Amino acid sequence: MAPQQQFHVLAVDDSIIDRKLIERLLKTSSYQVTVVDSGSKALEFLGLNEDEQMDQDVSSVLPSDHQQDLEVNLIITDYWMPGMTGYELLRKIKQSKSLKDIPVVIMSSENVPSRINRCLKEGAEEFFLKPVQMSDVNKLKPHLLRGRAMEDEPIINKIEATLEVI
Amino acid sequence: MERNQTRRQIAGMRQSLFDQGLVDEQFVQLEELQDDANPNFVEEVATLYYRDSSRLIQNLDQALEKSPLDFNKLDNYMHQLKGSSSSIGAKKVKAECTHFKEYCRTANREGCMRSFQQLKKEYALLKKKLEAYFQMARQAGPSNATCRPK
Repeated sequence: MAPQQQFHVLAVDDSIIDRKLIERLLKTSSYQVTVVDSGSKALEFLGLNEDEQMDQDVSSVLPSDHQQDLEVNLIITDYWMPGMTGYELLRKIKQSKSLKDIPVVIMSSENVPSRINRCLKEGAEEFFLKPVQMSDVNKLKPHLLRGRAMEDEPIINKIEATLEVI
Repeated sequence: MERNQTRRQIAGMRQSLFDQGLVDEQFVQLEELQDDANPNFVEEVATLYYRDSSRLIQNLDQALEKSPLDFNKLDNYMHQLKGSSSSIGAKKVKAECTHFKEYCRTANREGCMRSFQQLKKEYALLKKKLEAYFQMARQAGPSNATCRPK
């Protein structure tokens, strides 16, 4: 696989042990990985200030925007974190025009059905129980592939629209 | 000859970690993430665990000296300790964390104190055994990285 084709996953967890673990799991699956220790750092990396939510114009959907050198193809976050919880992070991402299409996965050490449902309802793709294992990480691929297929669409539409004008 | 003996010793030490209920299946998961490019992964995780746990245990010690006890805070620290213990596969420590959390839930001071003493014992034992195991494995050389026996 050419380097540009590698998927980039952003992992968020306040536990240093879990950060090491998720990083290793993701790298074993040949993903490019960025790990941060809080929701606010995640938003910073994604180029979204905490106050800034809507009103990102269409051009910011393209990867060449802002400080992010690499496009993020999936976000995997711990649920329970001091400051901003994973759920709050999920909500902010889904409320952001530029970020809402990035698939988000939640991890939690606690099996609380109401919590799981709330996250899924808010748009999380998966909910993993900790400790996260290889079998969980294997479930990420379809979400990543789907994301990539969706990305190509607007570009194709643009090309088609341009061709019509000529 | 000597090499085989060392290998057997290491395998024996590893097995006793499981037999004594010190570690669970998660430990095996960590071992499976080890490879030639990451030959010391399990030990690295363990080292992070010792560091992180000792910090939390210290916090818990201090918090348990207060009167009245802040059970929320205690539960908070213990939640973190339980989480990392679970991630490394520290079976007995994790179980004791659960007991402690239950005592927090029922605001049982005595229970918390007792449970914490037990937890510290379990933790100390696990750390001792793991350190000895990794040291042995390292001494035996790179080909004896702490991987599962094939």
